[in-house]
Amino acid sequence: MSDWPKVRLHVVTGKGGTGKSTVASALALALATRGRNVLLCEVEGRQGIARMFDVDPLPYQERRLTTGLPEPDGGRGVVHALHIDAESALLEYLSMYYRLGRAGKALDRFGVIEFATTIAPGVRDVLLTGKVYEAVQRNRRNKSAIEYDAVVLDAPPTGRIAQFLNVSNELAGLAKVGPIKAQSDTMMSLFRSPRTAVHLVTVLEEMPVQETADGIAELRAARLPVGGVVVNQIRPRDLDAADLAAARAGTLDRGRIESDLADGGIAVGPDLVDGLLVEAADHAERRALEDSQRAIVAGLDVPSYELPRMAGGIDLGGLYELAGLLREQGMAS
Amino acid sequence: MSTSRSSAHRPSRVGPATGRQAGPLDVDALIDDPGTGIIVCCGSGGVGKTTTSAALALRAAERGRRVVVLTIDPARRLAQSMGIEELDNTPRPVVGVEGTGSLDAMMLDMKRTFDEVVLSQASPEKAKQILANPFYIALSSSFAGTQEYMAMEKLGQIHRDAQAQGTYDLIVVDTPPSRSALDFLDAPERLSSFLDGRFVRLLLTPAKGPAKLMTAGFSLITNALTRILGAQFLKDLQTFVTALDTVFGGFRQRAQQTYSLLKADGTAFLVVAAPEADALREAEYFVERLSEDDMPLAGLVVNRASPEPAGELSADEAMTAAERLRRTASASPTASLTAGLLRLHADRVRMVQRERTLRDRFATAHPQVPTVVVPALAGDVHDLGGLRTVGGLLGGTADGSTSPA
Repeated sequence: MSDWPKVRLHVVTGKGGTGKSTVASALALALATRGRNVLLCEVEGRQGIARMFDVDPLPYQERRLTTGLPEPDGGRGVVHALHIDAESALLEYLSMYYRLGRAGKALDRFGVIEFATTIAPGVRDVLLTGKVYEAVQRNRRNKSAIEYDAVVLDAPPTGRIAQFLNVSNELAGLAKVGPIKAQSDTMMSLFRSPRTAVHLVTVLEEMPVQETADGIAELRAARLPVGGVVVNQIRPRDLDAADLAAARAGTLDRGRIESDLADGGIAVGPDLVDGLLVEAADHAERRALEDSQRAIVAGLDVPSYELPRMAGGIDLGGLYELAGLLREQGMAS
Repeated sequence: MSTSRSSAHRPSRVGPATGRQAGPLDVDALIDDPGTGIIVCCGSGGVGKTTTSAALALRAAERGRRVVVLTIDPARRLAQSMGIEELDNTPRPVVGVEGTGSLDAMMLDMKRTFDEVVLSQASPEKAKQILANPFYIALSSSFAGTQEYMAMEKLGQIHRDAQAQGTYDLIVVDTPPSRSALDFLDAPERLSSFLDGRFVRLLLTPAKGPAKLMTAGFSLITNALTRILGAQFLKDLQTFVTALDTVFGGFRQRAQQTYSLLKADGTAFLVVAAPEADALREAEYFVERLSEDDMPLAGLVVNRASPEPAGELSADEAMTAAERLRRTASASPTASLTAGLLRLHADRVRMVQRERTLRDRFATAHPQVPTVVVPALAGDVHDLGGLRTVGGLLGGTADGSTSPA
């Protein structure tokens, strides 16, 4: 069935501009099958989820976002959303574990909260991942909170992902002992377990594919579990290999195309056929480049999934369409 | 923190354009103008800033300027072709530049730049102490904002040297691949507010003044921090802050100098975007912010535009014809090929329409911003030839010729 049956935490990363947030959202929709609750988190303060699903900006609070992609029999789960910001996470953390009360307020008043979340290196990432950890590890003790079957994290970009998840390493040297050190070690054991998968989103261009390969190497070096590669924005495949080759070579049969166009009911002028042939040659060249990058992705030795480029942009309907494609390809079920 | 983002109602008072509706951005006029001393390329991640900066720098050099380009994180092969894959934090001449100008390039080494600032500001003994502190190590290599700040610091250095020695007459700066294009402008401010922050001041107090200045509130928080982070954490932090304090003044002053340099007449900002909703939204924030801060915006570069479709055939007409060909099960052996060509054409028309709509929206909100649209190349750029082609597209000569008009 699904390629990731044991995974509870799906971390989605990718180079800027590859559609990482789109893929994270589509994956959440795909994972929300009958009776399941899925949490979609963002940590970069962009309100990308709100924009994508066309809802009001999300608070630091779990919200029911929408229903999942229906199964063939109509069954569907629920997707919830959470916007995690470091300051709120720190205050929550302090009240949860330390019942700091007065001291918590003092921290805020003295600018420590701001200091810790914007300046103190590593602490910010620990707070953000800490909240994600809490959502994944949640148990029945906390009756008011929803237990999630899966959590999808719209994570920082590929260049930063290993550092972001490698929290105990980031804190090493800063907090050598103390509870926060112990907690970050516990978080690491989840992030390194088979219950986590880090998926990388790319497009079939040289730099993003190279960055994906580098990211996978970095994740492996940090002993973080690499998930799949989602190849996004692939070009339409309306021409077969022979036609693509002919298009590049400029040997497509001009006369036949012209008469086909007439059969299709189009008033053909010479400019139209020329134009289509130029477009075909350009398309064929880009497809050839895609194929060479696709071969590199195949060599990365991880499962890969492909999503089409949507010419008209991505709206809510488009997200469900992408979710359906992810399910078909076994990324979720 | 993000108050500047809600200012869409403000009219943009930007750029050299004087009319109401700006025309296309004349990149060649910008780089040929001897008054242009600094060009800053900014925009969100993944929009092609690095390539744009390098292409612009090469074009300016080949049109006769003496240029240095400061890049942040170029693709490996591009870095190799420019001879800057070695991180030594010093501009190196690029080989293969044509014409009478010159081009130097360098890749920013964030940590090294930071170290150099510390070494130049503190006594050797103090510098050694700072460089070894775990907080400094983390701050200088991973603090979100360090890269932006160091890019600015390096820009300031290169500018001072260029002024003193007359080495360059144009500096092109690529900005770090941050989440938001605004981070570049906010970095010095963020660093300053860190240095002036109440907490930092408090951490400094015990070391400087009498211990009794430690307020009850402060001991409350130090106790809390000790409980959470361990005593060593606070001790290291305190050592770090105390040690850095002596160099803070220098830091702040330099950051402010560079910031005012960005506002000066010889500087031009180019906002780079891809024709995507997110990237253009970031570009809007940036344009508004530049306008609020009275910073000189030269224009918008829309990279990676889908190539224009040929002819007048609309997407709907093409799809209808493709569908008709499929349904009639035409005997023609090329019917499915032709239907494929029609679908591709429709796809291309739709892409271009969507991108045009996005650009039009931007232009409606910011009519004063001159814009240049650069079509997507089929392949990646990783040599001077590729940069020359991009430069030609930026300058509006599609063949990549560099000769001044």
